[in-house]
Amino acid sequence: MFSRQRRNVLPGFRLTMGYTILYLCLIVIVPLLTLPVQSWELGWSAFWRVVSDARVVASYRLSIGAAFAAACVNAVFGLIVAWVLTRYRFPGQRLFDALIDLPFALPTAVAGITLTTLYAPNGWIGRYLNDLGVQVAFTPLGITVALTFIGLPFVVRTLQPVIDDLDLEIEEAASSLGATRWQILRRVVLPFLFPAWLTGFALAFARSIGEYGSVVFIAGNMPMRTEITPLLIITQLEQFNYAAATAIAVVLLVISFALLLAINGLQAWTSRRLAA
Amino acid sequence: MSIEVRNIRKTFGTFAAVRDVSFTVGSGELVALLGPSGCGKTTLLRIIAGLEVQDSGTVLLSGEDASTQDVRARGVGFVFQHYALFRHMTVFDNVAFGLTVRPRSRRPDKAEISRRVHDLLKLVQLDYLHDRYPSQLSGGQRQRVALARALAVEPKVLLLDEPFGALDANVRRDLRRWLRRLHEEIKLTSVFVTHDQEEAFDLADRVIIMNRGQIEQDGRPDEVADQPKSPFVMNFVGNVNRFVGTAAAGRATFGPFTVDYPDAVDSTSRPAAGYARPHELEVSRNLTNGGLPARLVHVTPAGALVRLELLDDESRTIVVDLPRVQQEQEQFHAGERLSVIPRRLTIFLEE
Repeated sequence: MFSRQRRNVLPGFRLTMGYTILYLCLIVIVPLLTLPVQSWELGWSAFWRVVSDARVVASYRLSIGAAFAAACVNAVFGLIVAWVLTRYRFPGQRLFDALIDLPFALPTAVAGITLTTLYAPNGWIGRYLNDLGVQVAFTPLGITVALTFIGLPFVVRTLQPVIDDLDLEIEEAASSLGATRWQILRRVVLPFLFPAWLTGFALAFARSIGEYGSVVFIAGNMPMRTEITPLLIITQLEQFNYAAATAIAVVLLVISFALLLAINGLQAWTSRRLAA
Repeated sequence: MSIEVRNIRKTFGTFAAVRDVSFTVGSGELVALLGPSGCGKTTLLRIIAGLEVQDSGTVLLSGEDASTQDVRARGVGFVFQHYALFRHMTVFDNVAFGLTVRPRSRRPDKAEISRRVHDLLKLVQLDYLHDRYPSQLSGGQRQRVALARALAVEPKVLLLDEPFGALDANVRRDLRRWLRRLHEEIKLTSVFVTHDQEEAFDLADRVIIMNRGQIEQDGRPDEVADQPKSPFVMNFVGNVNRFVGTAAAGRATFGPFTVDYPDAVDSTSRPAAGYARPHELEVSRNLTNGGLPARLVHVTPAGALVRLELLDDESRTIVVDLPRVQQEQEQFHAGERLSVIPRRLTIFLEE
């Protein structure tokens, strides 16, 4: 594992490997390990009481459910956006392409305020939706809208290089063999994009589970109904209840990690076959 | 199954890719479309396949107008230069693809598909690799899979776009021989595109040479090689020496040589060019034999031949191929002044 038998142009395998481990420890592993250590102060029964509280459990369901729904929406529409931006040439294309990154750059609170203004019952869009009997702001639907906004660039940016890599010839070959447009999409294009699609989905999903800034404004934060898990963590922190805050954080962390691991496993399994 | 192409034109923007091209490919024939890159040969092949739509003209497959049919309906097998295999499918699934996408009424059952795919894989000698993915195959193997995939749908004609273009020289030669044997076996009407004249002459029953969107010459390989119809063909199908001169009243003169040239009927002198292949020239130490004097600058052994590179008094290069035996007798060496005489000249009047 630490052998240097193969000569490499990048010098200092030991140095760079040591740096990588140190960096990961400082930036990722140590901070994350302090979470269970801190929450351990509570003791097992208090820990369980905090994390299995009905209000907290409702928030898990909401956070994960809304994040999953938003990631699904992005998976479908992100694919279409990525396809159009990569495959077609049209005026204003570069502008549209740049717009995709906006959710990355915009402070999330700004996004939250803007979306709330739009979707509130008296807002520009919310007004008409309200007439139709659909309320967006201050409901789980509103949370999903905010998370969709946040997650879009992940799906689009992961898919773009892969779509670029999909030669037009592949589609021509399929149609010369008699496949219809629909068969080409289902049997050739989608399987080819699937690993990257899954990665984009996982990234958008993971980002959405932890999202706080853009959601708190539009959520309304009603206990049991529209309270997301990150908000509960902040609430505990504001009451200087650090142990309880970290306890909830640990659960969120474990759930996210398990989901990401599962998706990565699936992704690795499907992409192994595509390795060129 | 024959192919007939009538007055095809195709323009991309302001670039005329194909300009009024017509030809016929008989049933069972193997025809090469040969030309430099950008001559329109690939565009023409794609038009026959239905992957590109012509601006005007018609394509007839087995005598029926296929101009308005799309690629799905034409029933042509198409092989791409870069294979275009489906990377997420095994070799078996790639070859079976064309059968499995058929509407249910025309789709063979699973056992029949399996039998046909294995038969085709045996034909291309790759049955032992049926469960591999394309990424695990070499270039030559991938191209054979692509060929088997195209044959699986039982196409009426087979179209190949630079099928050996992405392969090493050795693999290319082997695959070429193999493809010729395969064609003799299945006798499927085929058109392939290439820029390699050796490949075209080696493989095809007939060669169509294209230049700037038009056909320069259409004939058997030996006709094209021995009786080129234009200076372009002369230049394209091998090394050639060009002598400038004039032609008038049935005679053509190039420096010291004068030859009969009945095509020049006028008595007024017109510029002409005489072409001689390197093996159609002779050299001699006898400088008074009426040849063109030139200085030998380089001697290169090239297999059974020895290639001499000479410079005439106006610093134009002349290349001569000598049989090795002759060079062993004569021992020409660099620096000598020699006399060059053409055994045969192909003459074209210049505009």
